[in-house]
Amino acid sequence: MLLQQIINGIVIGSVYALTAMGATLVYGILRILDIANAGAYAIGAYSGLFLYQTTGNLALSFLGATLLTGFFGTVVQKFLYLPLLEKPPLIPLIASIGLFIFIQDLLRLIAGPQIREFNARIPFESIRTADLTINSVWILIILLTTLLLLFLWYVLNKTKIGLAWRATAQDLEISTSMGVNVKKVVAFNFLLGYGFAAAAGVMIGLLYNSVFPTMGDVPAYKMLAIIVLGGLGNPLGTVVASLLIGLVETLVAGYIGFFLPRDAIAFVALIAILLIKPRGLMSKKA
Amino acid sequence: MYEIVVSINIGIFILLSLSLNIITGYTGQPSLGHAAFFGIGAYTAAVATGKMGMSFWMALPAAFVITGLVGTLLGLASLRVKEDFLAITTIGINFVMVAIFHYTPYLGASFGMPVNKPLLAGKEMSNYHFLALVIILIVLVCLLSRRIERSWIGLALGGIRNNEEAAASVGIDVNRFKIIAFTIGTAIAGLTGAVYAHYMTFIYSSDFAFLTSITILSMLVVGGMGTIRGAIAGAVILGLAPELFRFISDYRMLVYGSILVLMMRFQPQGLLGNDSFVWTGIKRLRRLRAAGDSVMERGTGHGKG
Repeated sequence: MLLQQIINGIVIGSVYALTAMGATLVYGILRILDIANAGAYAIGAYSGLFLYQTTGNLALSFLGATLLTGFFGTVVQKFLYLPLLEKPPLIPLIASIGLFIFIQDLLRLIAGPQIREFNARIPFESIRTADLTINSVWILIILLTTLLLLFLWYVLNKTKIGLAWRATAQDLEISTSMGVNVKKVVAFNFLLGYGFAAAAGVMIGLLYNSVFPTMGDVPAYKMLAIIVLGGLGNPLGTVVASLLIGLVETLVAGYIGFFLPRDAIAFVALIAILLIKPRGLMSKKA
Repeated sequence: MYEIVVSINIGIFILLSLSLNIITGYTGQPSLGHAAFFGIGAYTAAVATGKMGMSFWMALPAAFVITGLVGTLLGLASLRVKEDFLAITTIGINFVMVAIFHYTPYLGASFGMPVNKPLLAGKEMSNYHFLALVIILIVLVCLLSRRIERSWIGLALGGIRNNEEAAASVGIDVNRFKIIAFTIGTAIAGLTGAVYAHYMTFIYSSDFAFLTSITILSMLVVGGMGTIRGAIAGAVILGLAPELFRFISDYRMLVYGSILVLMMRFQPQGLLGNDSFVWTGIKRLRRLRAAGDSVMERGTGHGKG
């Protein structure tokens, strides 16, 4: 029973990690809280569903949704976020909330308000033993998340554009003056960030077998809690914080029966931790 | 009758927008959970009249004081967090408050909470009475805001907004003024909540959700943060828009979202904020007219001389 709960928690946590990673990457480089990233998550889920329904190929729908949404991200940064860089942080934050509301309502108008089923054939079997069930969807999610996170780690640590990313994240102005093409780095950053969010959207669609316009609501705010816990802009911290939140939620909801719903647990934890460590759990010193 | 209902609704949003202006506009503290305090006031008043048998006129100051106290406490607690972290903390506060309203059986939980129509001189208050009450409150809050703007408190708050470190270095007690702004702003939101609860005669947890906070913030942003005229204009514009343009009601959120994005991108000072194109236009017109007047005066002066 405990093992089952832990596996549950890890599955949820890995999806959180992918969802929050986009926002972490954006914050890491631009110092903007990108709530619209949760809109990318919904766009990803819808385009993934659409692609699966037209092609019947799950891999293709994953790839297509990720690329499409990633491209959307590069458009958004070019026309919305880059021009707002010099403004006080509240302004891009409000703009991103506006964009998020816009995306959600656009999805509602295009696809309708009803919940759509995302029934896909998973290419491998579930694992079942006497007291443990690991769903095939769960296996797929854990595998894909590991793969994507390894890919991210590789890109950030072993490639030239990763080096440029890290330099830009440390200091945008100095990197510019040292000849880093910051515009390119930021565009790439959004391609990755929105792509990750899209992948997470498709996974959640598969996991709960449903896709709906407001599916980004809860992730939007939980994602904020997670990236703060992980020490804003720190990819590794985000993974740790996501797994932590996923596990705590599952265990608290499963064993203690907290009187608030599980989605509120993340925020209670967030507020408590922020009051003790005002710059996040895994932040370097201010 | 319909106009009265719309006016009361807009009036309530004007009060909320003015109260957020004290926190976010004057002091520059991003609060994205203002609806939580609106809700605390509404539920406080509903409990006071419905469960404790207090009169509406006692519940109003009670909601004001209790919400202000909660605001002070949360303000004290969030002194350590700044900017982005404060924005996220306030979103968190909003979510936790709504969850509490939604899951506490004493507060009606997911069924919502009915509220009695209050009495005025032995009779149930009509919508006209509510409109009068809302207008009186708006005038009072405007006077208070003006008083803050023109006093040393306003100067201190402005200093904190522009540069916290610099303000502290010239001897402004930053924490104290942040708390003062937080307390006043949340107390007014609580008072507004009390009026809202008794006007609607039914409250429900989602009335005070994050989306309401965003609506209030949008109004302030569209009108122009940091100014009384901006806070009022924003609430009137965004409050009237769905009424005037019935055909857009299905696209309301879409319009909201695009307004926020476009305003932030092209006119972050808001329509009537300082340095916005509308307001500089108005100022230039005024200056022109004043210049014209002075030319005339000089002309007559010469004639006399």
